[in-house]
Amino acid sequence: MNRFLKDKEHLVRMAALFAVGVVLFLILKAVLVPKGFGVYGHYRAGALADNRVRAPRFAGRSACIECHTDERDAWKGGKHAGVGCEACHGALAKHAEDPSASNAFKPDPKTICFTCHLTNAAKPRKFPQIDPKNHFDGGACNGCHSPHAPDKEPKK
Amino acid sequence: MEEGLLHAVQGFMYPNEVELQWSILIVLYPFTTGLVAGAFILASLERVFNVQAVKPTYRLALLSALAFLLVAPLPLQLHLGHPERSLEMYLTPHTSSAMAMFGFIYLWYLMGVLVLEIWLDYRKDMVLLARSETGWKKTLYRVLTLGVDNISEESLRIDDKLGRFITIVGIPSAFLLHGYVGFIFGSVKANPWWSTPVMPIVFLFSAIVSGIALVLLMYMLVCFLKGISIDMPCVDTIARYLMYAFLIDFSLEMLDLIHRIYEADESFKSLDFMAHTQLYTSQIIVQIIFGTIVPISMLAFIQVVKLSEAARKGIYVLAGLLTLMGIFAMRWNVVIGGQLFSKSFLGYTTYKMAFATKEGLLPAILLMILPFGILWVLVKVLPPFEEEKAAV
Ligand code: HEC
Ligand code: HEC
Ligand code: HEC
Ligand code: HEC
Repeated sequence: MNRFLKDKEHLVRMAALFAVGVVLFLILKAVLVPKGFGVYGHYRAGALADNRVRAPRFAGRSACIECHTDERDAWKGGKHAGVGCEACHGALAKHAEDPSASNAFKPDPKTICFTCHLTNAAKPRKFPQIDPKNHFDGGACNGCHSPHAPDKEPKK
Repeated sequence: MEEGLLHAVQGFMYPNEVELQWSILIVLYPFTTGLVAGAFILASLERVFNVQAVKPTYRLALLSALAFLLVAPLPLQLHLGHPERSLEMYLTPHTSSAMAMFGFIYLWYLMGVLVLEIWLDYRKDMVLLARSETGWKKTLYRVLTLGVDNISEESLRIDDKLGRFITIVGIPSAFLLHGYVGFIFGSVKANPWWSTPVMPIVFLFSAIVSGIALVLLMYMLVCFLKGISIDMPCVDTIARYLMYAFLIDFSLEMLDLIHRIYEADESFKSLDFMAHTQLYTSQIIVQIIFGTIVPISMLAFIQVVKLSEAARKGIYVLAGLLTLMGIFAMRWNVVIGGQLFSKSFLGYTTYKMAFATKEGLLPAILLMILPFGILWVLVKVLPPFEEEKAAV
């Protein structure tokens, strides 16, 4: 080794160490970054296909009312007409496909209503809200209101 | 929303504002990176501007910067639910994410600047230690020197030149490191407490202040522990720099404050209310009075009145501690203060600090002790003071 390089040998080694680091990083990157990343955007392109093959878990209200005509008739003209069946009953695609194979979930009328109607200052003032402490001693809501077609002024 | 938190709320809060998401750990993050940047900038003064007086602290400042830099990302990691995923910001960085870009700035500063500069500066010592030590220590120093035993005059001259170059690159890098932390907060346009273009500069100068105070204290502490006599011209100079940096920092903060008061935009009433209530203690008392005005006055007093060495030392220790407390309070007021008010400007919440939880006070205390442990090891491996440091 010539004299010029001799005094710089430690720097050459340090540079080599950095180079090894960079190469290691690039290898890791190549190994760890999933295939198809960034093809459409900042995500793995294959995620789209993965999601597509998963069966939908919601059937949609139009499916429910094909069979449940009683509930449909009550629900259609009522105050909950804008609320989808599965907002209360949960995702029921399996049930809609084969009702005998999968039982539907019946929400608890004592608690389900509060997910939407519990008083909260952050909700729009026009939205009907109640405080269970001073709304008819907290009895089951469906004792007075029908869950599918609630009246504003039910018979007591 | 947790029912139990509601009594902590006054007025109107959106549900997602009731509980603070950024805890005391996020306060530590700008605090520790600030110490790093400040300590490094002080070290650079000696190197680039040849301020001989602060030379005794040069190496200690670099090692302190390294110790705190290694700890700086840990509070962020603890804050994450999946810390291991944070590394993905290196693999698939998103250029629009301020935090992802910080990862690169951090890595650059750590490897490209600090480690290299320390390595070059210590190379001669490491070679000598590799020659004189035995056993595993010899192996350690061998590895650290990368197996090169050459400390010829020419090689050391090259090291010095390169080290100087790295320092020159390092100063803007240190500015970038901490200015960037300020930018992360200053660029949150939804938060009027943070969103101001002076935030990076305020962060930077407060970083310099805290870093200088840290090095001042560390130097006096290490001298005390090792029984070395303190180099008074050195600490006098550092204390003077501390005062200057503090004056600039304070002016900038006051500028921002006056600007806000005069502009009095729609957020002002809400922020003003906060400064008089929840933040009164931490902002007015701890940060501004005891954390800024008192230490500045103490340091200024020394410039005017001649005091004995012992009195000066006492004042430096006290002023340094107050300074660190004040800068910590400043970070606290930024991070926590920025989350106490509603974006509707109609309500306020409170921060309930937990103790022995993942983001509580206990991990915060441990994280603040950790850098001193690292520094202790670093000082053992790479002694910052020795009889004859080659007169380069
Ligand atoms: C293919 C026809 C069909 C469709 C579509 C359908 N159901 Fe059903 N559903 C049934 C039958 C049949 C029963 C069983 C009736 C019985 O046992 O009395 C039933 C029962 C129910 C029950 C009562 C379960 C119980 O424990 O009593 C609920 C609630 C229900 N369905 C909700 C829904 C909802 C919500 C949807 C839309 C996602 C839906 N169903 C779609 C046929 C259907
Ligand atoms: C606001 C919430 C809500 C919505 C929206 C809703 N349900 Fe229900 N549904 C309930 C509750 C609560 C019960 C249980 C009532 C009970 O236990 O007496 C129930 C019961 C039922 C039952 C069983 C009736 C029985 O006699 O056992 C059927 C079937 C049903 N719902 C179908 C539907 C369909 C179809 C829709 C959409 C058109 C729908 N529901 C929308 C809350 C809702
Ligand atoms: C998924 C959300 C949701 C759930 C769950 C829900 N509701 Fe409603 N409810 C609504 C919406 C939306 C309206 C319509 C509000 C409007 O018209 O402004 C409404 C309207 C009403 C009204 C009429 C109020 C008025 O002023 O006319 C009553 C009564 C009512 N709901 C009772 C209930 C009861 C009882 C339950 C539980 C069985 C329930 N709701 C569950 C969303 C919900
Ligand atoms: C004893 C009968 C009774 C029971 C049980 C009851 N309600 Fe009512 N609810 C009424 C009557 C009557 C009104 C209309 C007068 C009023 O607002 O007090 C009403 C009104 C409402 C309204 C409309 C309020 C508005 O401002 O528009 C909502 C929403 C409502 N009830 C939800 C519930 C829920 C949820 C429960 C279950 C916790 C429940 N109710 C239980 C009788 C009842």
